[in-house]
Amino acid sequence: MPTPQEIKERIEAALPGSKVEVEDFTGGGDHFRATVESPAFVGKSVLEQHRMVYAIFEEEIGGPIHALSLKTKAPAG
Amino acid sequence: MSTVELEAQEREALRKQIEKAIAEHEVILFMKGTPEAPACGFSARTVAILQALGKPFAAVDVLVDPRIRQELSAISNWPTIPQLFVRGELIGGCDITTELFESGELAKILGVEGPQQQPQEPPSGLTQIENRLS
Repeated sequence: MPTPQEIKERIEAALPGSKVEVEDFTGGGDHFRATVESPAFVGKSVLEQHRMVYAIFEEEIGGPIHALSLKTKAPAG
Repeated sequence: MSTVELEAQEREALRKQIEKAIAEHEVILFMKGTPEAPACGFSARTVAILQALGKPFAAVDVLVDPRIRQELSAISNWPTIPQLFVRGELIGGCDITTELFESGELAKILGVEGPQQQPQEPPSGLTQIENRLS
């Protein structure tokens, strides 16, 4: 099962220039909360932003990553 | 007809049923469990939000058949449950629904006044909320 650090690194690799924080919010190793701020999100709806992050993990969502809760936004200004 | 062909036909029929349900109900929530007995915290929270806004909604329990979730994700291009659709469009899952609720956007999308009450978990099972002055 991935660690918060691994998840953070994968998002950063897929979305260069983004600010990412990931925490395991149940302590059980499979429920994560990620906050992602990325220039790649400019002009995209929140729905699209979430889709972009989920796409990084594909099949793992619902499996090893039981839950990935997201807060996303484009950089301000 | 071979089993493979039968399976494909059943999936096709299931997909059409899902698409029809999304088209026919103004507000429809695909969730784990039922509004009276949600099977997961994210589904419970989404139900509580809809009930706090007093908007009637249709609900589909994806746990009944694992193929529902697979066909739904293929249609919506979204991997997780719950999924809230309004007037045929995916609004999002629990996170987005919560953000939209807190910003007041969800009330506007649903065409209702602001929350009639605070979201309560576990949900009370009511879809009609009385107006209360507080």
